[in-house]
Amino acid sequence: MASSKLYDSAAAAVADIHDSATVLLGGVSGTNAPTALVSALADRQVRGLTCVCDSTYYGAEVLHRLVAAGCVSRIISPAPFGSGQGDMVHELWRSGDLAIEVVPWGTLAERMRSAGAGIGGVFLPVGIGTRFAEGKEIREVNGVECVFEPPLRGDFALIRANRADSVGNLVYEGAQRGWNSAVVSAARIAIAEVDHVVEPGDIDPEQVITPGIFVNRIARASSAPIG
Amino acid sequence: MSADKERLDRAIIAMRVARELPAGSCVNLGIGIPTLVSMFVDDESVVFYHSESGVLNCGPLAEEGEEDIDLINAGGQFLQSVPGMAYFSSVDAFAMIRGGHVDVTVLGAHQVSANGDLANWMLPERGVGNIGGAMDLAAGADKVIVAMEHNDRSGNSKVVQECDFPLTGRGCVSLVVTDVAVMEPTPDGMVLREAAPGWTPAEVQEVTDARLIIPDNVAEYEV
Repeated sequence: MASSKLYDSAAAAVADIHDSATVLLGGVSGTNAPTALVSALADRQVRGLTCVCDSTYYGAEVLHRLVAAGCVSRIISPAPFGSGQGDMVHELWRSGDLAIEVVPWGTLAERMRSAGAGIGGVFLPVGIGTRFAEGKEIREVNGVECVFEPPLRGDFALIRANRADSVGNLVYEGAQRGWNSAVVSAARIAIAEVDHVVEPGDIDPEQVITPGIFVNRIARASSAPIG
Repeated sequence: MSADKERLDRAIIAMRVARELPAGSCVNLGIGIPTLVSMFVDDESVVFYHSESGVLNCGPLAEEGEEDIDLINAGGQFLQSVPGMAYFSSVDAFAMIRGGHVDVTVLGAHQVSANGDLANWMLPERGVGNIGGAMDLAAGADKVIVAMEHNDRSGNSKVVQECDFPLTGRGCVSLVVTDVAVMEPTPDGMVLREAAPGWTPAEVQEVTDARLIIPDNVAEYEV
């Protein structure tokens, strides 16, 4: 483990995210999202990203920033579309410039958990009898029909937390924990944007939510206080 | 024409659904009319709300001016903080759903069929849709209640003999509450339990695609 995982800026933390990378994004409905990291990534003008996220609708300032910058060629999400006319994601999908895979939310969570935990996929009782199960392996387990879902691994995960120590232990605030802590383990390199950076020992080990082993880099949220 | 008869409003639908939530139960509310249900659950019922965003035992929607950015539901709406609340990962949130720990979910729908099939994520005319957590809830919650308008804006019945929209779940719905009726899907077909004030069972059937099974004791819709 490196002695410190703290990067000077969001831009430095995302500097090696490359064309065609798969990027897992934290935050639900655009709240508690890693906005500084995403903005820095959009500024880099990378191309062909696959973005895995909860939804795009409410998170205009998050995923739409990347989509508008032309960085994204594929979205995997339970709720990628906006409602009503003029939704950018819907328009790009119609014109064939954006591939979209809709995945049930819990299935997406479990596919990423599998990747992070080194599990070769899971059988889930979700989507049986629907188009989400079409073409997939179905197995009856204890009398319940289940569909096989493979692991989904990211090259990078961008997440938001409240506090980190320099070895990467994370603490969240409220519902910030939900989707951010679900995606953090599934990527080769996980980058956390945090409001506070503290010294090792300043976070009670009993209170650590995401152990630092899952976190590779830490960047301060824009204008976040030190300490 | 019964199509022009007065219908109940969304708040009344939500009120009727609230009566179906057992005291002490754990409940997940979907987006739309279902979200309104929490406004009509009385304090004595001590219903625990669950959200896929990773919150349990949260309160109903927050009052204006009291929103907390760190306390949101799956639709990004702000919730009230109450004693006994818990935060957790979305992985755990869906373990609670699939594992059968959530007693009741209330969902909106585009179509519900006579045997309880649910279609609520895609309108075929649009070609795409958002599934969110609905499929997990349809598969995992002990009881799925649908709260919706009986007919769509063009007057098409959303209570159908068979769904022709893409399904969310098969045979998963146990009660349908609309602005016209309360109905129970069964393997034998859709049973009419209650009709809105001023509506006869025959008039409910007139605006309904599904062939209704009409028992002798259809009650008046009670809130």
